[in-house]
Amino acid sequence: MASSSFEKKKYKVIGTRPVRHDGADKVTGRAIYGSDFRLTGTVHGKILRSPHAHARIKSIDTSAAEKHPGVLAVVTSGDFPNLKNKIANLGEGSVNLAHLGANVLAHGKVLYKGHAVAAVAAVNPHVAEEALKLIQVQYEPLKPVVWVLDAMRDDAPLLHDDLRTSSMGKKGDKPSNISAHIHFETGKVDEAFAKADVVIEREFKTASVHQGYIEPHVATALWNEDGHLTIWTSTQGAFTARQQTAELLQIPVSQVTVVPCEIGGGFGGKIAVYLEPVAAVLSRKCGRPVKMVMNRDEVFEGTGPTPGSFVRVKLGATRSGQLVAGEAWLAYDAGAFPGGMIGPGCMCVFSCYEIPNARVDGYDVVNNKPKTQAYRAPGATQAAFACESVIDELAEKLGIDPIELRLKNAAKEGTRRVDGPVYPRIGFIETLQAAQASEHWKSPLVGPHRGRGIASGYWFNIGLKSSASASVNPDGTVSLVEGSTDIGGTRTSVAMQLAETLGIRAEDVRPQVADTDGVGYTDVTGGSRVTFATGLAAYEVGLDIQRQMAQRAALLWECDPAKVACTDGVYKTNGKSIAFAELAGKLGETGGPVVGRAAVDPQGSSNGFGTHIVDVEVDPDTAKVTILRYTAIQDVGKAIHPSYVEGQMQGGAVQGIGWALNEEYVFDEQGRMQNPNYLDYRMPTALDVPMIDTIIVEVFNPAHPYGVRGVGETPIVAPPAAIANAIYRASGTRMRELPMSPPRLWAAMTEKKS
Amino acid sequence: MAKKIHVATTINGEPVEFLCEARQSLLEVLRDTLNLTGAKEGCNNGNCGACTVLLDGQPVDSCLVLGVEVEGARITTIEGIAQDAHLHPIQQCFLEDAALQCGVCTPGFIMSTKALLDRNANPSEHEIRFQLSGNLCRCTGYDKIIRAVQDSAKALAAGGRRTTEKTARPNGSPAKQAQTQPR
Repeated sequence: MASSSFEKKKYKVIGTRPVRHDGADKVTGRAIYGSDFRLTGTVHGKILRSPHAHARIKSIDTSAAEKHPGVLAVVTSGDFPNLKNKIANLGEGSVNLAHLGANVLAHGKVLYKGHAVAAVAAVNPHVAEEALKLIQVQYEPLKPVVWVLDAMRDDAPLLHDDLRTSSMGKKGDKPSNISAHIHFETGKVDEAFAKADVVIEREFKTASVHQGYIEPHVATALWNEDGHLTIWTSTQGAFTARQQTAELLQIPVSQVTVVPCEIGGGFGGKIAVYLEPVAAVLSRKCGRPVKMVMNRDEVFEGTGPTPGSFVRVKLGATRSGQLVAGEAWLAYDAGAFPGGMIGPGCMCVFSCYEIPNARVDGYDVVNNKPKTQAYRAPGATQAAFACESVIDELAEKLGIDPIELRLKNAAKEGTRRVDGPVYPRIGFIETLQAAQASEHWKSPLVGPHRGRGIASGYWFNIGLKSSASASVNPDGTVSLVEGSTDIGGTRTSVAMQLAETLGIRAEDVRPQVADTDGVGYTDVTGGSRVTFATGLAAYEVGLDIQRQMAQRAALLWECDPAKVACTDGVYKTNGKSIAFAELAGKLGETGGPVVGRAAVDPQGSSNGFGTHIVDVEVDPDTAKVTILRYTAIQDVGKAIHPSYVEGQMQGGAVQGIGWALNEEYVFDEQGRMQNPNYLDYRMPTALDVPMIDTIIVEVFNPAHPYGVRGVGETPIVAPPAAIANAIYRASGTRMRELPMSPPRLWAAMTEKKS
Repeated sequence: MAKKIHVATTINGEPVEFLCEARQSLLEVLRDTLNLTGAKEGCNNGNCGACTVLLDGQPVDSCLVLGVEVEGARITTIEGIAQDAHLHPIQQCFLEDAALQCGVCTPGFIMSTKALLDRNANPSEHEIRFQLSGNLCRCTGYDKIIRAVQDSAKALAAGGRRTTEKTARPNGSPAKQAQTQPR
């Protein structure tokens, strides 16, 4: 689609750093996030949650709650249609509707502490909370199972009586907590290991971690008297929220409008619905708009963490450092219902390298944790922690520089990933070369208990469906309507691509995110796809407008439209020319409004690679790890707005630092989370991290007119391995379990000493 | 329902009276009673700082203050920072330095920054990180926030703390003198 002439083109808008279009609203407190939205007559909903990690619900008595003064409605799963097993595609992943429904309000069984059981709408949130205490639920507690390997045992407590393992197209013959087994294999793996000069095999564990977005989940629903349901919510995808809600309520999607409010972070955790269908049913029952906002503990206990995992990686290499064989065995938490992040984990574990003989086995395992959800490059970080740690150990054993070892084996154009796809032009090698050339890598690290680590990471970066339209205003500006929720400045990165295409300023495009009735279908803001795919839609909108504007110029000049050329926003023919803004002022006399539109569905992935360098200091007495210096390097294809590209790299790196060093769900023996708050679930603060240096590598992506690859997810993949490798150099201790928190690292350092 | 209590206070320089229940937090009063929704609820237990406001000049988590406690106090919220239709230099620096992504923590960060710079016009990077460690941001990794605070300090030093003009107004119209910030 794109010609290579774009690669060399000098851009006027792309690559600049304009102030974001929604900026003033967001620094003045005026932007309307989900919880800021209020309709007249709004009442407030709250959810009763399970105190048990695993229990049968024997009975629910809501009568006392219904009589409580100020209560307007009480609902349980009995108020929802009975859903059969049906798979619905949500863009980035799919979901079994029966499971989604049972996650929204438990049917028969609760499968994790915090599982929603019933809901109340009342005049204010305090009264709703009072009423929750009046709901009588009789539970029969069952034995919970939390650790993924325990859940795989034959004698493990079963979560679902009807779950059978699916493996290579076949279903198992008895119930199991293993919902799926994935297997990829290429070459002759056993033979290759037998011939390898060096073989290293290691086991790794990671804890459950949460996306940690600062804005809790929120939804306001109004089931109008005319039967139409409108939902105002903070979601990564208005259309997927609409689809899930409609399917769970068994009503047509046309009966539901989802209005996306400003969203306070998502990172993959705000794709599945939780509150939307419940607020809808409460609203239908009481005839009022119902607003529901989660507390922070509900967010931790009732919404998706990303999987805890067990990963075993074995690599074989020649003495000269050529990788000849790889084997990986991965088991990931699915949480309460099947369908975790094991697929991408299996596809990403060896995705940075060309390994001719490789085998990957992966297991999706249900256990008594909240249903796991995507979290920034879902499944890749756990796998990279294992693979990149073994690569580092291999480099040490072979006496080869860790960047050189990676360069020797780096995936490049033509490399076939173990799961099948062959890479087009990618930029992994360029990130390694940039790392080698960086000030950080070249400068010595001095001082005791200090070490430098390096690791690489990969994420697919998807395309999917995006729609956009734009209308030309008489003053020469353009109003852009798109369907992608703006989580981190994408209004601007998309608007900039339209501006570049039209030859106008970024400030002359007014971008707006529309509701599900105001724009064509658009997939979620996820998969690092918005600047790529919605940007592509904006580009095509620009071409559509340009074509129409050329026709208007031709009308003015009474010439053939084919004879009108457009360069940098100026339309020309035979010595005559007119600028975009002037032409825009003449639309009224040349046929009326000009509206451009586009809908795109680019296939395949854009392949984002990153390499991170980190210096740490390990306190020998307390095992506290201090990040001294950090550099994130990534091939982004083309940085449309470099500041926000850097921001994604920095933010992803710091989330990765949190995952590496402190963040974890702590469970007691009954499977109950012990730390559902920000004080005890310890995310990085400003004091925990240094400045995060970034090096943007731009290897043109031929699948996009401006070469964009996407940026958001890759930066979280490398940090845990990079930090583990740095800790080893600082302390002599190899850490193979996340988080590498002081108690865990101290125990490992002490064990090594004795 | 509990009987409501009358409270008289000053918010963003204007006298304000409201009725609240004894159990309602200042955050709840600001957001739900007074419709000042700039302060955000991230955790409701004082860990995230998204609800930071200035109470008699001191930054506080408004979720940890009861509505009834602000009788006679002076409160500044994010809605009171921009002056005379112009962004405060801190707000301007946050925008120009791309110090926000989702933006939900931003009002709290700006309030904490204002409290810091009111007290210490030239803080070190460590002092900034320490002062802002009660505000969580999950998007940015803090780098650009810290730089925005450093740039804010410079902008305030260059223009004086009440000169909010940083860039020329469009059409060359003269900048109005910013009004006194309520403290």
